[in-house]
Amino acid sequence: MVSFLTNPRAFMVFSRIAAPVLGAATAVAMLWGLWLGFTAPEDYQQGDAIRILFIHVPAAWVAMFAYLCLGVASLLNLVFRQALADLAARACAPLGAGFTALALITGSFWGRPTWGTWWEWDGRMTSVLVLFLLWLAYIALRASIDDEARAARAGAILALVGLVNLPIIHFSVYWWNSLHQGSSTFGADKGDGLPAVYMTPLILMGLAYMGLFGALWLTRIRTEVRRRRLRAAALRDAED
Amino acid sequence: MRAAGVLFSRELALGWGRGGGPLPALAFYAAITLLLPLAGGSDTDRLAAVAPGVAWMALALASLLSLERLFERDFEDGGIDLLMTGPLPLELVCAIKCLAQWITTGAPLALFAPFAAVMLGAPISLSPLIFTCALVGGLAFSFVGGIGAALALGARRGGLLVAAIVMPLFAPPVIFGGAALYASQLGAGGASGLLLLMGWTAAAAALSPLAMAAACRNAVG
Repeated sequence: MVSFLTNPRAFMVFSRIAAPVLGAATAVAMLWGLWLGFTAPEDYQQGDAIRILFIHVPAAWVAMFAYLCLGVASLLNLVFRQALADLAARACAPLGAGFTALALITGSFWGRPTWGTWWEWDGRMTSVLVLFLLWLAYIALRASIDDEARAARAGAILALVGLVNLPIIHFSVYWWNSLHQGSSTFGADKGDGLPAVYMTPLILMGLAYMGLFGALWLTRIRTEVRRRRLRAAALRDAED
Repeated sequence: MRAAGVLFSRELALGWGRGGGPLPALAFYAAITLLLPLAGGSDTDRLAAVAPGVAWMALALASLLSLERLFERDFEDGGIDLLMTGPLPLELVCAIKCLAQWITTGAPLALFAPFAAVMLGAPISLSPLIFTCALVGGLAFSFVGGIGAALALGARRGGLLVAAIVMPLFAPPVIFGGAALYASQLGAGGASGLLLLMGWTAAAAALSPLAMAAACRNAVG
């Protein structure tokens, strides 16, 4: 049943259909979410700046979700020696770094009109910056070890060590409570949450970002599978 | 038990004897302390405000320096193969190496940290807390840094890579220690930050040998 997760050939068959379908669904959700986001009324405090939230908050969600994906893929590679899982981890890293950078940059754009500062050394922002540095460290480590199987396992160990960072990100806002407000989506106190007129586009954009990440990830894994096949073919040619 | 003792004394001897022992790290630490007033101006009030924090951060940087050699020496001369086939589990070998590193480099740095902070203008009453933070944090830096050192085995640009890997992992202990020093400077008492730092150090010392051993096996096997 899950052979498309372990068998590269089955994965290629599955992802050939899944990636474009996911991409199309992403386009629909993103257009719809953006439309709702731009037509929503101005917030009484934040004004038009609240529209930045629809592209900022989902980026932060996906940034953390991508790291979780990296952790799971690394575990599968490290413990069960799944070759496809390593390709998935390798393909995940630049995407995760990109979404994390997007969360930091859009957050900075939102902070300027709302808090009056581009950057504040607040707990949650600092943790997301640490997450970004972890992505860079992961990419740098893989790039500087020549043997690919060795690089894969070293990267997997680092990814699992960094996974300890994720709960710190999540709880940091309560630990070093400062400028960044608490959650107003899931787990918000009653009456503190977002009204539906903002919640609906946010959820739609969240789904769109997830879909975007999924579609890009599948496409990148397909590229990795092809790259590996090409290299194997080149090796075979050289032997003949 | 005897094997562990022999390994420990070997690591201590190597840490003290080779390459000047803790001297390079101490010199680096002194140099950062010197450069701060040169770069930021010698205005006493401004220096005093950041003194404990800078002394604490410089300690994290200085403890990075000697990490690169933690496993590399044994990796290059094949000693690590002997250690892997020896009677001790590799996890314990890694823990002993980090412990020796802490005693030979971390502890001298911790002794020096209050002097650096006072030279920069921190109140002398803060010295015991700075020393305690540096001593406890140094243990965390050794163990977590060891992960970076083990992962970078056999990689190109080892030293720079260790720094890139380890710096983000240093964030929590640096935050906790910094919070303790800052709270104490304001007169609020640094106990909560220090306790968090101790808790984090205990977790790091317990868990990181697993990662270090896995990374060593990966690099050698």
